[in-house]
Amino acid sequence: MKPARLARRNVMDRPLETGLSVLLLAFGVGIISLMLLMQRSLTEDLDRNIKDIDLVLGAKGSPLQLILANVYHVDVPTGNIPLAEARKVMRHPYISEAIPLAYGDNYELFRIVGTEPSYPAHYGAEVSEGRMFDAPFEVVIGAEVAANTGLAIGDTFYSAHGLTDGTDVHRDKAYTVVGVFETTGAVIDQLLLTPIESVWGVHEAVEGADQEITAVLLKKKNPLAILTLPNLLRDTPMQVALPAIEMNRLTQQFGIGLRTLRAVAMLIMGLSFVSVFIALLSSLRDRKYELALMRTMGATPRQLFSLVLLEGLWMTLAGIACGLVLSRMGVVLMGQILAERFHYDVTQLAPVEGELYLILAAFVVGAVAAGLPARSALRIDISNTLGQGR
Amino acid sequence: MLQTHGLKYRYADSGPLMAFPDLAIDRGKELLLLGASGTGKTTLLHLVAGMRTPTEGAVELADAPFSTLTATERDRVRGRELGIVFQTAHFVRSLTVSENLALARSLAGLAPDPDRIQALLTGLGLGHKLQARVDALSVGEQQRASIARAVVHSPGLILADEPTSALDDSNTDAVLDLLRQHAAETGAALLVVTHDQRLKDRMADRVELTPHPSIA
Repeated sequence: MKPARLARRNVMDRPLETGLSVLLLAFGVGIISLMLLMQRSLTEDLDRNIKDIDLVLGAKGSPLQLILANVYHVDVPTGNIPLAEARKVMRHPYISEAIPLAYGDNYELFRIVGTEPSYPAHYGAEVSEGRMFDAPFEVVIGAEVAANTGLAIGDTFYSAHGLTDGTDVHRDKAYTVVGVFETTGAVIDQLLLTPIESVWGVHEAVEGADQEITAVLLKKKNPLAILTLPNLLRDTPMQVALPAIEMNRLTQQFGIGLRTLRAVAMLIMGLSFVSVFIALLSSLRDRKYELALMRTMGATPRQLFSLVLLEGLWMTLAGIACGLVLSRMGVVLMGQILAERFHYDVTQLAPVEGELYLILAAFVVGAVAAGLPARSALRIDISNTLGQGR
Repeated sequence: MLQTHGLKYRYADSGPLMAFPDLAIDRGKELLLLGASGTGKTTLLHLVAGMRTPTEGAVELADAPFSTLTATERDRVRGRELGIVFQTAHFVRSLTVSENLALARSLAGLAPDPDRIQALLTGLGLGHKLQARVDALSVGEQQRASIARAVVHSPGLILADEPTSALDDSNTDAVLDLLRQHAAETGAALLVVTHDQRLKDRMADRVELTPHPSIA
């Protein structure tokens, strides 16, 4: 009989103690693994969407809100800004590229964004079916929008006012789908893009100096833009926000919560190893005669030590495996929530590098937790133990 | 198969030195070691089985200087050459009856032999309990299973420690017959250690331990 098999049978023979140890370890590993997976998904999403956008020009208000609303499309905008004023910034010599955005309507809660073809081009989004918009009320839709709404080329639809509900429908102007973007993994996937004139056309038609947009995504030509533009806008209703800085601030704020969660997870993992240690220690006390018996059958102290060590490693392995399954279930669950609320897909189940270190660390600590009680198997006195067991 | 020479044992530095008569038993033979409580028969059994190291004297097992082997070598020889039946049957609880026997073969360095295990257990009336957990067996079944485990790897010497003490006359005969039968089948030597005077008439060759006279 192979030692690993005997160890597994011994572990399975004590379902309560084993179950508690495995459960605790699964929670510890699961929480840390979930954090690693979510961190990977969110970091990749954040980086993918910032993609060389150095500054965002928009209405005064929370700079973070400005970024979340206009780069990630997960918050409401801070307001509108006059196009004429915005153009002064867009044409500033320190700016190399400027992409205007105007929005305020949705179709089935997917945002309709008025912009220029340079916006999808910035994210490398190619039209996979149909063509790019070139007239008002023509729309090219993101891959997620196409998948979720069923819209296809040639379909027409009406937009609904606002970004968070679909009840106030603009029935006087219909949009026509002329193209579908390929999947980019960026925010484009969940937007319906149209010329800015469409957005103006749906709402009260305004012209000239009264035309407004929501924001402008800016790419700097000169690093001095970061210092110069805020001063330039001091007496205007506009501001510029730096996506990198705002997102860094946001992740730092998240970081406090994440560090607390990680500490709790480490504590649970620590408890699980104590539980493995106690489970094996108590099991060895109960099975002292059994181990002495195995010695009479020819087992060496080293074999008994390995057996107990293997029992601990089985529990550790089961805890790690359950933890990794739990974390994947967590990712799927959180992915569904985030997809429903923000249309973002964070469901990436592939292992991350950090998990390898997590598994190795859990194995090493599990081996130590099992090795300590296993040492008593090395010192077992067959004769005395059998004498006590008579 | 087994020979002891001038075995003496002291439990503690200041304790009395217990001296034991020499034992000699060949393959296919049997020997009764009879003694009342306190005569040191369990100590002698443990010395013979290599579970204790003699203070003086030597144990030869299967022509090897058993008592002077390294601990690991002694474990190996014990596993291969000895089959021990204890007064109270104990098993590895997580395993079934047949798995306990397979474990005994494995620790003796032998390949699993499901046919032999099945035949052995069937011969002992446990053919229907192959896959049963040991704690589901009656006391009598456990004792028969422990005999099966002691002989499953065809050891050279079967040591039986008080195998009949708790049994009535008919079961005493049955257990003794089983031990003899399996020892005969494999050509093993049989050493029965007991205080049970009933065995005196059932086994011809015997060594009687007397209380304390041998303490040096």
